[in-house]
Amino acid sequence: MTTTAIRRMAGSAAMLAFFIAPFSATSALAQAAAPKIDAADTAWMITATALVLMMTLPGLALFYSGMVRKKHVLATMAQSLGAAALVTVLWAAVGYSLAFHGDGAALGTLGRAFLNGIGIDSVHPLAKTIPESLFMLYQMTFAIITVALVGGSVADRMRFSAFMWFSALWLLIVYVPLAHWVWGGGFLGAAGVQDFAGGLVVHLNAGIAGLVACLVLGARRGYGSENLAPYDLSMAVIGTGLLWVGWFGFNGGSALGAGPRAVMAITSTHLAACAGALTWMALEWFARGKPSVLGMISGAVAGLGTITPASGFVMPMHGIIIGVVAGVVCYFACTWLKQKLRYDDSLDVFGVHGVGGLTGTLLLGVFATAAISASPDTPGISGLIEGNTRQIVLQLYGIGVTLLWSGIGTFVVLKLIQFFLPLRVTVDQEQQGLDITQHGESMHT
Amino acid sequence: MKLIIAIIKPFKLDEVRDALNSIGVHGMTVTEVKGYGRQKGHTEIYRGAEYAVNFLPKVRVEIAVAANLVDKTIEAIGNAAKTGQIGDGKIFVTKLDHALRIRTGETDADAL
Repeated sequence: MTTTAIRRMAGSAAMLAFFIAPFSATSALAQAAAPKIDAADTAWMITATALVLMMTLPGLALFYSGMVRKKHVLATMAQSLGAAALVTVLWAAVGYSLAFHGDGAALGTLGRAFLNGIGIDSVHPLAKTIPESLFMLYQMTFAIITVALVGGSVADRMRFSAFMWFSALWLLIVYVPLAHWVWGGGFLGAAGVQDFAGGLVVHLNAGIAGLVACLVLGARRGYGSENLAPYDLSMAVIGTGLLWVGWFGFNGGSALGAGPRAVMAITSTHLAACAGALTWMALEWFARGKPSVLGMISGAVAGLGTITPASGFVMPMHGIIIGVVAGVVCYFACTWLKQKLRYDDSLDVFGVHGVGGLTGTLLLGVFATAAISASPDTPGISGLIEGNTRQIVLQLYGIGVTLLWSGIGTFVVLKLIQFFLPLRVTVDQEQQGLDITQHGESMHT
Repeated sequence: MKLIIAIIKPFKLDEVRDALNSIGVHGMTVTEVKGYGRQKGHTEIYRGAEYAVNFLPKVRVEIAVAANLVDKTIEAIGNAAKTGQIGDGKIFVTKLDHALRIRTGETDADAL
């Protein structure tokens, strides 16, 4: 009733404008044609934006730094902090514009560079019921966490200056084009590749980048011989909780409005997290005799990363199946595959996010149910269970492009930086710890 | 006079202290230490990465006692600290040449 009253008042105000100011009739007409900002959508998206930022600060910072040794705790947090600050500024400067303004097949335009043209009443074509500034902020939090995620693979050994250069260049060279291709009107989205909240753009992208980065940098000193056990897993548990809750904004917010699709996404997200945690726990209990806390949180994050692309396309109960699959494949990626291939991905960014993002993107093609993603304008996406074999082919296409782009792009960025400065700290600095050698601080003395 | 050094499981400390109190031993020095004997540490697994932890946390209790209390003290510690599981610890006894209470200047058995 209140809404109707407000609408009626707004209507009479518009009519008053006609009578009182006949000379501004054109602007009043333009206003009437302007898209309508929805209060509920805006309120939810403000919340979702805050939730996704919370995933990086302090969620990821705690999750990651709890898994490193004591002498690297602050340095690991510094990666999340540094990435958040730098990505924010670059996103406002050019990142947002190149990723989301203009629908060229390869890249956007500089029309929104330095947020030029984002006024009080502008909206983005993808989200017509919320202010464009909010859409820009929401997408920014995704860019932040994707860059921060990569830091986990090179934890304990990357120079902070090199990481900051990496954050800037990788954001602009690798992340921004991929976000445009999948979400911003580029060729992958146009071809029909689906990625609800970032299975390709965020998780597979960060996972591949992490794998390439840890191969370029080389293993931690003492990997395979010394005790590299986590300093404080209780911090990682707290971080997982913040990531988990934040993920409601990550996946639920990707509906870009407050509606049933957002709630469906959140439901399948939470179910997948729980199924992933239980699966990893069961596997470890069976294989190792004890269900470790690190295993339970790893399973939860694996479930969350894997459901990410599919949430918003699948039924909630598919979330449980996807979570179980996530628990199994990510468990074997982190334990068996990593040992077989002998790479030192310190905090398993590839094993959890890369493998999870890939798996979820593929499973979207299996479990997509048209009713979930249908809107008045589009019929919705069907997967294999609804007899559509084409979607899974499209998903494979998206995976292939992401693998190549992220793999090659990350390699080029790292080699470019290596031309000017070493990527790694010295052996001596690594042994003393990055906290004291990179930042001149220690946790407590 | 003897110095009795007992290496025990940390969670047994309170029981050992109570047992010693009840036989009239009223002072001890306690240190948190790490070490291993036949128990030989354990293995920790983090996402498939196995680390051998060789040194396990123990508590080291030092007690200086007069000659007549030595056997009772050893017996009290042995009973209180025993679980029957590997890793219960050990008791060492050494000669103690001299003791002095700093506040009063009392020496040897009077100082204990």
